[in-house]
Amino acid sequence: MTDTAQMAAASSARPAVQIIAARLKRRHAAERRFRRTGLAAVVVSLGFLAILLFTILGNGLSAFSQTYVRLDVTLDAETLGIGDQRSADALASANYQGVVKEALYKRFPSVQGRVEKRELAGLVSSGADTDLRRLLAADPGAVGTTHTLWLVADDNVDMAMKGYISRKPGADGNRLSDRQLGWLAELEAEGAVVKRFNSILFSSGDSREPEQAGLWGAVVGSIYSLAITLLVSFPLGVATAVYLEEFAPKNRWTHLIEVNINNLAAVPSVVFGLLGLAVFLNFFGMPRSAPLVGGLVLALICLPTIIIAGRAALKAVPPSIREAATGLGASRLQVVTDHVLPLAMPGILTGTILGMAHALGETAPLLMIGMVAFIVDIPASPLDPSAVLPVQVYLWADSPERAFVERTSAAIIVLLVFLAVMNLGAIWLRKKFEHRW
Amino acid sequence: MNDHTVKSYDEELAHLSGQIVRMGGLAEAQFAAAIQALARRDQELARRVVDGDCRIDELDHDVQTFAVRLLALRQPMAGDLRQIVGALNISGEIERIGDYAANIAKRSKVLDQLPVSVPVDGVVRLGELVRGLIKDIIDAYADRDVDKALRVWSRDEEVDAAYNTVFGDLIKGMTADSGAITASTHLLFIAKNIERIGDHATNIAEALHYQIIGVPPHGERPKGNTVGAGE
Amino acid sequence: MNKIVPQNSFKIIARALSVHYGEKQALHQVDLDIRAGEVTALIGPSGCGKSTFLRCINRMNDLVDGARVSGSLTLDGQDIYDPAVDVVQLRARVGMVFQKPNPFPKSIYDNVAYGPRIHGMARDQAELDAIVNGSLEKAGLWAEVKDRLADSGTSLSGGQQQRLCIARAIAVEPELILMDEPCSALDPIATAKVEELIDELRENYTIVMVTHSMQQAARVSQRTAFFHMGKLIEVGDTEQVFTNPREPLTQGYITGRFG
Repeated sequence: MTDTAQMAAASSARPAVQIIAARLKRRHAAERRFRRTGLAAVVVSLGFLAILLFTILGNGLSAFSQTYVRLDVTLDAETLGIGDQRSADALASANYQGVVKEALYKRFPSVQGRVEKRELAGLVSSGADTDLRRLLAADPGAVGTTHTLWLVADDNVDMAMKGYISRKPGADGNRLSDRQLGWLAELEAEGAVVKRFNSILFSSGDSREPEQAGLWGAVVGSIYSLAITLLVSFPLGVATAVYLEEFAPKNRWTHLIEVNINNLAAVPSVVFGLLGLAVFLNFFGMPRSAPLVGGLVLALICLPTIIIAGRAALKAVPPSIREAATGLGASRLQVVTDHVLPLAMPGILTGTILGMAHALGETAPLLMIGMVAFIVDIPASPLDPSAVLPVQVYLWADSPERAFVERTSAAIIVLLVFLAVMNLGAIWLRKKFEHRW
Repeated sequence: MNDHTVKSYDEELAHLSGQIVRMGGLAEAQFAAAIQALARRDQELARRVVDGDCRIDELDHDVQTFAVRLLALRQPMAGDLRQIVGALNISGEIERIGDYAANIAKRSKVLDQLPVSVPVDGVVRLGELVRGLIKDIIDAYADRDVDKALRVWSRDEEVDAAYNTVFGDLIKGMTADSGAITASTHLLFIAKNIERIGDHATNIAEALHYQIIGVPPHGERPKGNTVGAGE
Repeated sequence: MNKIVPQNSFKIIARALSVHYGEKQALHQVDLDIRAGEVTALIGPSGCGKSTFLRCINRMNDLVDGARVSGSLTLDGQDIYDPAVDVVQLRARVGMVFQKPNPFPKSIYDNVAYGPRIHGMARDQAELDAIVNGSLEKAGLWAEVKDRLADSGTSLSGGQQQRLCIARAIAVEPELILMDEPCSALDPIATAKVEELIDELRENYTIVMVTHSMQQAARVSQRTAFFHMGKLIEVGDTEQVFTNPREPLTQGYITGRFG
């Protein structure tokens, strides 16, 4: 009784407004702290992103150019070792390396001795003969003529030109000998060494020689894989989501399926790779390293994402729309196809693109089905062995040559551009569907 | 009946009923005083009755305004609606009763100033009878007593019969003594007014019946053969 | 279309109608007849079963998992819950207007045309146009939207949206229109317009309406049924129910006393 009286007295002495005012400062301070913490978190993460992009761009941009050496090449039939033969077979197996070497010896006639000659030949890429082969294949009558050609330089020369390798004679751990540096300086002085856009990167497949290694095989492989993934997972995922959300009775079994789908989304992707290995390769006997199998495995990884996103999008469609259509006498299927699905489409597409972007970056499951193999050829169909972009990054990152470092970063840049394009596509699609009415 | 979810609504309805009961009590007192003034030839009392009528008129005005306000603001339904509409009707009836009482008082003053006097016993007896009806019907209203209201309703016959007797006596007196015609005519109007007050009591009984049950009382109202009812 | 509904014939007859949602019984043994050509208002506190009863008539309760219906409910003498009854056909005969205006996020024209389209009611575009225009006219919306038929239905005001929903419902030429608190989301002017529309529609349609507004029930309905705790407490002429209800529960509800 006295307690309550005291309390009443106290509260009359300090009215509510004062009590609130006393705490107000602390409450505002707490709010400011919270905001500052959030802002700091955003700044830190943006900083990391900036560092990442800066590093990758810094490392990778130089890979988009390549050093070329100008040489006068004589397509001597004898050096080519083809004699009088001009058949396609003979031309294909001709000794182009020899022609290139001869051209180099002719340029530096003072060079004698096996070791020196080998060093001289090392200035030009061992794969530089492809241009010559193409030239002769197009015009077999060119045998015996002399051409001034820009040949792809060796990766060490390229690195030296880009400043990654010291050009000071006698530097420690130098990949280029003093003699080679001298020849290079000589060539450079007469303008016979230039850096050009690296078209090889976007036209060839993988190679042991960094200067000959291209991404195109991996890009095509990725496109094939993703196409397969989209074709399989989108219809399957949407159909599953629609069935579970709109048609399936809500009972123990559907609940079990729901829980399992949610769990599948959390399963490590390498497990899907093992599944793909066991089912697609061993059981169905599908080709190893093929984008078809890769796409199927990636589709499995995408499916839970698409189903979950699809169900969320379907759930977000107001029930009043379903009721309105049902009340007019629309069948369940008509309700879904005429109203619910179009309204849910932007959400489903967003989920699908997110899943696809995820799949694009997956590496581990593809290693399981043999997509880690060294493949030089550009795949002509989803059944041909192929690499994909992330696996290419993995392979190059593993290679010792200095030139592969920049190519790895270049591959990452291409992968990121790929992702950005896909996300832009998602935004565009969403906007388009949203503005239909 | 349970209380309203909105408490002030209950209070307002109670206030309305209270006003009606107050009006009824006032009208009953006015009427009783008028009859007394007539019986005792009390000019002062008669004057007070005439002056007092304005209070009933004021109350009637209050009830009308209050009821309209309730109708507009509460949008009453069912029993509440019937109670408010009933209050509107009954207030009007009571106001009429007050008017008649004042008129009786006025006539009793005139009667006192006349040189001849006629016996008023019959009219006073009629007045007492009707006064009982008013008291009963106001009680019935206060108690929400349908049976009592029905009893008042059925006693209208009795009033008519008593009125007919008084009417006959007065006509007989006028025929016998032509000098008493003026006084008897006033008495005749007083008797007529009393009979009308009885009718209003019956009307109140009907309104009360509708208010409580939701339908008017069944059957024809038991009607005596009233003389000059068509007037 | 201008069918004259015979008065005082019963369109809907419910006998011992009970509805369970899982363990919970939502409707207890309801006997209720609904006359043709009249507006019947269903009133009662929230959860009293009035909407459940309404949604039995076009079997919208089928959409609810675990809903069981027992007893009999007939439309023109035909059992609505007979397995032989096609729900789609039933819903074409029994239109419905919902609490919140729910136009499709499509054009005004497509909103009204949707029902006739799925039921194949128009043979060509001209017929469809005629149905759409006629329905909008009957819903009193034609003058307001005739120049903007291609605009989205959701761009209309709340009251217009609800009248669009009514136009959409009558485009299917139903015999019976169910309205589930059709004005609860509207302002008084829009409500008045919809109420007037309901009064006009009464000539050609039988209307069953759930409402929380007793004034609305009193204004637009001819018959009123009062539900409480899943039971039908009282049904009668609207005038009688609102001036002199027979049951104390009804009296208590409509006068605002509830215990």
